[in-house]
Amino acid sequence: MMTPDSEHALAEAVASATSPIRVQGGGTRLIEQVDGDVLSTTGLSGITLYEPGSLTLVAKAGTPVAQIEAALAAENQRLPFEPMDHRTLLRTTGTPTIGGVVATNASGPRRIQAGACRDSLIGVRYVDGQGTIIKNGGRVMKNVTGYDLVKLMAGSYGTLGVMSEVSFKVLPGVETSATLLLHKLDVSGAVDALSKALGSPYEVSGAAQCLVKGITALRLEGFEESVSYRLAQLRNLLVEYGDMEELHGEASEALWLANRDMKHFSGVEGDIWRISVKPSDAPAVVASMPTATNVFLDWGGGLIWAVVPQGTDVRTPMGRISGHATCLRGSAQTFPPEPPVMAALSEGLRAQFDPRGILNQGVMG
Amino acid sequence: MEMPAPDAKIMAKKAMLVNRLMQVLPKDAVIHDEFETRAYECDALTAYKCPPLCAVLPATTQEVADVLKICHEEEVPVVPRGSGTSLAGGALPTADCVILGVAKLNDVLETNYDDRYIRVQTGRTNLSVTGAVEEQGFFYAPDPSSQLACAIAGNIAMNSGGAHCLKYGVTTNNLLGVTMVQMDGTVIEIGGAHLDAAGYDYLGLICGSEGQMGVVTEATLRILRKPEGARPVLIGFDDNEVAGACVADIIKAGVLPVAIEFMDRPVIRATEAFAQAGYPDCEALLIVEVEGAPQEIDSQLAKITAIARKHKPVELRESTSAEESAKIWLGRKSAFGAMGQINDYMCLDGTIPVSELPYVLKRIGELSKQYGLDVGNVFHAGDGNMHPLILFNANKEGDLELCEALGADILRLCVEVGGCLTGEHGVGIEKRDLMYDQFTPEDLEAQMKVKDVFDPKWLLNPAKVFPLTATQTRRARLSN
Repeated sequence: MMTPDSEHALAEAVASATSPIRVQGGGTRLIEQVDGDVLSTTGLSGITLYEPGSLTLVAKAGTPVAQIEAALAAENQRLPFEPMDHRTLLRTTGTPTIGGVVATNASGPRRIQAGACRDSLIGVRYVDGQGTIIKNGGRVMKNVTGYDLVKLMAGSYGTLGVMSEVSFKVLPGVETSATLLLHKLDVSGAVDALSKALGSPYEVSGAAQCLVKGITALRLEGFEESVSYRLAQLRNLLVEYGDMEELHGEASEALWLANRDMKHFSGVEGDIWRISVKPSDAPAVVASMPTATNVFLDWGGGLIWAVVPQGTDVRTPMGRISGHATCLRGSAQTFPPEPPVMAALSEGLRAQFDPRGILNQGVMG
Repeated sequence: MEMPAPDAKIMAKKAMLVNRLMQVLPKDAVIHDEFETRAYECDALTAYKCPPLCAVLPATTQEVADVLKICHEEEVPVVPRGSGTSLAGGALPTADCVILGVAKLNDVLETNYDDRYIRVQTGRTNLSVTGAVEEQGFFYAPDPSSQLACAIAGNIAMNSGGAHCLKYGVTTNNLLGVTMVQMDGTVIEIGGAHLDAAGYDYLGLICGSEGQMGVVTEATLRILRKPEGARPVLIGFDDNEVAGACVADIIKAGVLPVAIEFMDRPVIRATEAFAQAGYPDCEALLIVEVEGAPQEIDSQLAKITAIARKHKPVELRESTSAEESAKIWLGRKSAFGAMGQINDYMCLDGTIPVSELPYVLKRIGELSKQYGLDVGNVFHAGDGNMHPLILFNANKEGDLELCEALGADILRLCVEVGGCLTGEHGVGIEKRDLMYDQFTPEDLEAQMKVKDVFDPKWLLNPAKVFPLTATQTRRARLSN
């Protein structure tokens, strides 16, 4: 295992590599078996710059997520996109790093309101497949200078370069959060209620449905008086959906932590899929998986988590529904195959960024 | 600003090219008359003009594909054009290019309020996207100042922002899917109505690529429900530095206003003379706007004014009605027009870390004196996106060059303090030759390699974004 302790050493390690490299942060988000010598970014750790008044944080790629969240919390700020911790779902151990968050574009329930990791990411430094150090973006939140390789690096799973440093736009934290729970809705009823809430002016920052338990959850965040006003408005809006219940403070926060990290799937057997569609297609997708043993909807129904018996094909039954399914745990191909013209572009990008094809070979096709 | 010499081989085959284009487009969609092509000789950066070889106005994605296929075969450069409102020369033609205007592609294809998106053809103007959904209480968030005229195609090309992006983000944060035609005529679909597109983030890559990777003909955009209301507060200070500190304190307090606008004395005076908005005569003015239900607005404004009072403002005017709100915004919205009344001006667009605001304003003042040209500042303070307006006289020999030199120094200053050359206008030709001030040759090479993948012949929107010296080898390879 290589653990370079500086960006320069990282560049050297890649440049001098003669065989495939498996890029790794904390190793908690492994979704694909990759051959090669492990190149760990954990030696590159620490917050390089944090300016609360500018809403900006810059950190080395191997910095533990927990360290960043603690630094932000001390100033009552946070990462807007609520990065998911994959350890429960993937049965991994280790310490999640911020580089891993970026490489997988890991985003939580607040994605519907505040965007994904890629939306908060404003700068990257990375080492390409030939060992060249590249920077793109920077530390300011409005920047259209040159092509946006920042977004390209987010969610590229280490196949285009090894990140050494990442910059974020952060947001103020909130005074309080509250959750409105609806009961006994089926998938259509739940998506209907979630859409109604998300189409309201009440700034819903979480919209999820646990199908097994039949619980629909809507989160509101902000200043105390604002949250209680919006909670009352939301109750009026959703009165037709039956009995409601409220969670406040810690109870509300605990629920969304569980939703963020998919703790509902803790200990389940079978394959785990993550499906992205438009919310109104969620009922059809759920219907296409009759053998699913557990299904959880987030993002108002636009993100479907499903547990299915080992080896179940989830993609084919989706048919012509627009969207895509990722197999996070199981034997199916992780990412859906790309249409030929897109596959050619992806191949082209990899050939430019990593001409020797040594970085996380095969992960993205 | 230097542009590459037109290719004589291409100039010589104009008649043949026009003939081929007329075979795939209606006759009136091919503009080749030397007088009529002048309509396309420049965009909103009017200091630079060059009539194209011809201009085409396709009305469907298929027609766009047909045009690009022909130009690809003939190896003719293509400059895509939205509404031509670029301040950076993003749609400036070369004499040997075909201008591909998307103005005829302006339909709404689908609106879906349950899933909160709209699909439009990209020639549609920014404001008319909101226009299509506002009856249902929705809006499209990015709001560049040119929103009445600018096209979604150009918004995507430049990743346009606006006054409200502190809360809602810029174009790239609101774009869900595109139909794009590649230079060889291949039509590709990326993303859709779902929130995260599969594979690499091609949407993120295309957004802000200044029309150099393909021609986007359709876009799926996220729409949002309008807030119940919005109200601004006007805060005047005797000192730029104090105004800057007030901005930082508001942000640190956990209030997230939807907009924080900043104007300095030269701009305040000019707009007051022009629009009589009733602004106080002071060193710096902030307009801070918050959104929500009436009582939410009240409580947020109370927090903001409490913070502002600690900084001893010379004026603090909280809007209590729609009329007062309109009056507070009146001056800000007419600022550019007001400056244009007193002089020609060049509008810069650098972004800086918000913490550097006082220092940068002080340095701009010094540079202004050094060059002998006045500079007014009006900008989005919450996100650090500056818009220094350099006043000059276009009819005075050498003044434009002097203005450009001052502009370059101000942009270098933005980079020096940790910012960038452009926050929302794009590089175009305007900032092209300053790119080495922000990027290393390796950084630029990495970007150009992406262009190699999407447009191997480098035909799309030539001579923009990258310094000509950086693209020299690639251009030489192609002209042989």
